[in-house]
Amino acid sequence: MQLTVLLIVLIALTVAGYHLGRSRAVRAVGGRIVQLHSVPAYHGLYVALWAGLPAFALFALWSMTENWLVLQMALASLPERLSGGDISTLGLLKADILNIAQGVNPGRDSDPAVVAAAQHYNDLRSLGDWMVLAIGASLAVAGLVYARNRITSALRARNRVEQVVNWALIACAMVAILTTFGIVFSLVFEAMQFFAKISPIDFLFGLHWSPQTAMRADQVGSSGSFGAVPLFAGTLLITFIAMLVAVPVGLMAAVFMSEYADPKLRNWVKPILEILAGIPTVVYGFFAALTMAPFVRGLGESIGLSVSSESALAAGLVMGVMIIPFVSSLSDDVINAVPQSLRDGSYGLGATKSETIRQVVLPAALPGIVAAVMLAVSRAIGETMIVTMAAGLAGNLTANPLEAVTTVTTQIATLLVGDQEFDSPKTLSAFGLGLVLFVVTLALNMIALRVVQKYREKYD
Amino acid sequence: MTDLVETGTRSVGSSASKSYYQGDAFAARLRQRYAAERNFKIAGYASIGIAAVMLVVLLSTIIGQGYTAFWQTRIQIEATIDPAEVAPVGTTDRTKISQGNFNKLLRDALAAQFPDITDRSDRRKMYDVLSSGAAYELADAVMENPALIGQKVKLWVTASDDVDQLMKGYIERDAREENRKVNDIQLRVVDKLTADKNIALQFNDTLFTRGDSREPEMAGLWGSIKGSFLTLLVTMFLAVPIGVSAAIYLEEFAPKNKLTDFIEVNINNLAAVPSIVYGLLGLAVFLNFFGMPRSAPLVGGVVLALMTLPIIIIASRAALKAVPPSIRDAALGVGASPLQAVLHHRLPLAMPGILTGTILGMAHALGETAPLLMIGMVAFIVDIPGGFTDSATLLPVQIYMWADSPERAFTERTSAAILVLLGFLVMMNGLAVFLRKKFERRW
Repeated sequence: MQLTVLLIVLIALTVAGYHLGRSRAVRAVGGRIVQLHSVPAYHGLYVALWAGLPAFALFALWSMTENWLVLQMALASLPERLSGGDISTLGLLKADILNIAQGVNPGRDSDPAVVAAAQHYNDLRSLGDWMVLAIGASLAVAGLVYARNRITSALRARNRVEQVVNWALIACAMVAILTTFGIVFSLVFEAMQFFAKISPIDFLFGLHWSPQTAMRADQVGSSGSFGAVPLFAGTLLITFIAMLVAVPVGLMAAVFMSEYADPKLRNWVKPILEILAGIPTVVYGFFAALTMAPFVRGLGESIGLSVSSESALAAGLVMGVMIIPFVSSLSDDVINAVPQSLRDGSYGLGATKSETIRQVVLPAALPGIVAAVMLAVSRAIGETMIVTMAAGLAGNLTANPLEAVTTVTTQIATLLVGDQEFDSPKTLSAFGLGLVLFVVTLALNMIALRVVQKYREKYD
Repeated sequence: MTDLVETGTRSVGSSASKSYYQGDAFAARLRQRYAAERNFKIAGYASIGIAAVMLVVLLSTIIGQGYTAFWQTRIQIEATIDPAEVAPVGTTDRTKISQGNFNKLLRDALAAQFPDITDRSDRRKMYDVLSSGAAYELADAVMENPALIGQKVKLWVTASDDVDQLMKGYIERDAREENRKVNDIQLRVVDKLTADKNIALQFNDTLFTRGDSREPEMAGLWGSIKGSFLTLLVTMFLAVPIGVSAAIYLEEFAPKNKLTDFIEVNINNLAAVPSIVYGLLGLAVFLNFFGMPRSAPLVGGVVLALMTLPIIIIASRAALKAVPPSIRDAALGVGASPLQAVLHHRLPLAMPGILTGTILGMAHALGETAPLLMIGMVAFIVDIPGGFTDSATLLPVQIYMWADSPERAFTERTSAAILVLLGFLVMMNGLAVFLRKKFERRW
């Protein structure tokens, strides 16, 4: 409530600052605008920035930290006997305080200390909100007055404003770095917790995957073993099948499109590939699970093979289809980058078109094609929905494409769906898998991009 | 290719009467080469054909499975709104009316049509031709018009999913009763209703007006469509300004130094990071560290924004690059500052390209599922989300959840949901193509 008021006040002050600054600038030179260093609008923006920026920064900071900060203060007010528990009871306590504070009855009689803490929480919140409203509004007014008083004909308002804009642009570009750091830190941090419980050697080289940990000591069959080799093998198997489909078909499609097809045919074929690329992966997953898997199973049974209903083959085939446009568009680029003079030289020696392609164009484009395949592999390894919907869940160490295997992404998705507590190795193992996935795909991408760059330089 | 070289050596040694080019060996090799050429071309056609066939199979199975879900079997019931079961005549209070026993009214109405079905278990079977949501439909009708209390009403209510599947021809009547989802009693009821024209396939507005449900016939997509909309709104408001600003900086102002190179490497890598990793980021950072609510469009939107950011940056940079440098030179020449040259001249000219890239990025985000699974958007949520922090589910996630449901009717609805999703994607891509065609400019 107070924050909404603050927001409205800030917007009003910013707009007012713009107009005040503008009129002040015009008055400062008695209407002869030419004498100003900058156009009056920049003086307006200058004042508006002074009025708005600090206060908005405060507002943003407060609304991001408010929940956490106030909760910590409320928890600190609890007596020792309550707050001394471990993480899970503390979590319950937090939830109770929040619920009571919002007027939701937790459904059982609450400790009076918790009720008091909830009351304290509400008081602190409203106090904090009022304080932020007061400080924010006065900051804005102060900024407005300060900036307005600085306006003279010589003020380099445009340069100041442009400086701020420049910094804002840099900040936006930095978001990319921030995201990368966020990914790396969150994966590494949680994975470290996992590796503190399970040794990395067991994780990377263990042959048995069964992440269910026992809830009780006497529970049978849920010892929780985290050997990820079956997952890696399953991922590689499905990726391999997908590549068997995607690489030949994608590559031939690219060759055909760039060397053979006349423009009319190309106008037909290009949209087909683009539509294939645009279909969401969940749709491919549905298709794999409900159409392809029964089809493969039926086909296998008709020739006397026993095929699992979640066979790696079905998932891999559909994933291959999904990756065809990816391979073909990347290969298309590299094939087109091969200079025409190489082709002309080959034709001049009497080679047919296919001979030219096979013996001149493709070898010349080979580094680029290899890079394209690597990017496709990285894409296949990271693909989640198709395998989550169509591949199995049991960690099955096999090279038989007719059996069910599970993959890294499937496991991440199933381990983290639903409610989970963050201290069990079962949940944390997903982050260990995520780290492996991230490192592998990153390495593939880096190498591929480097290869493409090198290759491009060769013909430029 | 090597024939020329070989000719030089062979022609000397070949028989005097025929030149090498007229020899059988040459002709055979030429035939072979042309055959290879033909085969290569066939392989090209075949690969295009495979892609096309897969697309056709994919779309046709989904359309074939899904189009029937746009119709829903409804049954016309003539029920007396008994004041004793609902509320006294003249009540207008909605909550009072909603507490009425509408189930009994419906059952009585059905029983009145089939007086000969008296056995308790048979009666229960008969009642099952109606959806469990039918009572709510009757209640809604009465709440809309309280004057109906005490009157006889004729109303179309939803039939159960099994009856619906029977009407659509997915359940074989000839199968033995224990192998059939619809039992003999229900078959009789449906036949009688059909004869009386009291059962019909009508447009399935439930699909577009309701949220999720455990009952396929009451399950709708509106909740997830709205969830997707709210999420994409957050994504757009974050990704577009940040992405375009970053592109402007990198393309127009960034000095060539280590930091800029590092940013570029980061952007290229982020574009190729598997989407599920963004989900892990969202879970660890936004949910656990910042304590943001689970299943909220706000968090989903932020995660998708981080994911689409590289796409938008790359597209915007390409669009800015396509504007000729002479525009900037002209602006600088008449006294504009570098920032003015970009914001007033280059950016507006690049805007169509940026817009196209943005729409394509948004379409990509709309179809994305994996990262949303991590941040708790796979939840059974019946209510229609009203704000950015309400629990919500999204269209692709809804598809994922329905695909897991065993009922035949849900398979049909999953396909229908996919068709709706594809419809949105076609619209967005169509808009992008339209913008590109309309504003495309050759410099």
